[in-house]
Amino acid sequence: MLIKSLVAVFLAAILTENYVLSKFLGICPFLGVSKKLNTAVGMSVAVTFVMVLATAVTFPIYMYLLIPMGLEYLQTVLFILIIAGLVQLVEIILRKYIPSLYNSLGIYLPLITTNCAVLGVTMLVIQKVDSTSAYTYTYGHALVNAFGAGIGFLVAMVMFAGVRGRLENADIPKSLKGLPITLVAAALVSLSFLGFAGFVDKLIPLA
Amino acid sequence: MEKRSYLKELTKGIIKENPVLCLVLGTCPTLAVTTSAFNAIGMGVAATAVLICSNAVISLLRKFIPDKVRIPAYITIIAGFVTVVQMLVKAFAPAINNSLGIYLPLIVVNCIILGRAEMFAGKNPVLPSILDGLGMGIGFTAALLCMGIIREFFGSGTLFGMQIIPVQILIFILPPGGFFVFGILIMLANKLNSRAGKKVKTSPCDGCPMSENCAEKSCEKTAKEATVNAD
Repeated sequence: MLIKSLVAVFLAAILTENYVLSKFLGICPFLGVSKKLNTAVGMSVAVTFVMVLATAVTFPIYMYLLIPMGLEYLQTVLFILIIAGLVQLVEIILRKYIPSLYNSLGIYLPLITTNCAVLGVTMLVIQKVDSTSAYTYTYGHALVNAFGAGIGFLVAMVMFAGVRGRLENADIPKSLKGLPITLVAAALVSLSFLGFAGFVDKLIPLA
Repeated sequence: MEKRSYLKELTKGIIKENPVLCLVLGTCPTLAVTTSAFNAIGMGVAATAVLICSNAVISLLRKFIPDKVRIPAYITIIAGFVTVVQMLVKAFAPAINNSLGIYLPLIVVNCIILGRAEMFAGKNPVLPSILDGLGMGIGFTAALLCMGIIREFFGSGTLFGMQIIPVQILIFILPPGGFFVFGILIMLANKLNSRAGKKVKTSPCDGCPMSENCAEKSCEKTAKEATVNAD
């Protein structure tokens, strides 16, 4: 039952509730860094890493520090500071100890602090915690959701990098060139993800 | 002279440097909360309030914040005001709080606010900063309202909740409709700008406050460093 629900959470985060294409979180890197496949992959891997790490830290802090002390309203301030601090810490550690990884991922790290998908994940998993419901999120669910959100970001970025590669060679009307046609293409990619609606519930019925 | 330049700070954000349609900042809330005109106004007003307050405080503190830690300091100030706005909305307009959901706290990472702090409030006195915040906020609200009206009109056949046409093209209020309407609006803005002989935005990164650190530019930078090291 637990594994089943974890798989359902993971698939839902990638397909039906894709953070980029259906929740509109992380649009800036999605439009800005998806021109080339290798930068798209690098950015997504860095985002996934920070998402899981940030959720791993913020979830227990909210549950075991803020709630008992009645300080839930500090969520926004605390979470953004934790994320900013974590990103800096990861950057310093990578630069010192794993320079090869730093060279491939480090350049994306400063951007991630203001990526709304990261802050969005840490806040959304806490909204799903509901002790009265049988489907409440545990720490494991939160981590799986964060990982799935990162993978969903990767899938969207890689697919979109492919679409944009095709657009480069297309004959586009002058005023649509650049950003407008990119957004219209994003609309079509997002439309294709609508096809997954209800997919996870049918595949893994939890109720 | 003085008066005219103040007026300029106020009006530039509304049309000439509209943060959404010309600078292409704050795309996430623009796409996410514009499923109805009412939501769009709620988001716009909340963001404007945060923008004015954070611009004022950052401008007041601009001589005390060390340059190296300015971004974390700005983020903390912005997060404080977002929390205040969040509590006010929760208390006085719970309906807007429910419909904006997660996007209300996410004003913290809205690039318009950090962008104005970095580009304007950190370098200018208080009064122009407040006017700049107000103008940018009005421009943001106007663009959101424009998106909201189009999407609500076609998607649910209503305007501010009133039935106008009996047809509903559901796709407009679904996520793909957001991308599509935004693309068309930017196309129109580009068309008008190019007719007026202005430079047309092609990349969403151009106006972004973080573009200094951005991936593509960083790639170029590391490549340059690599060649220098090789030499």
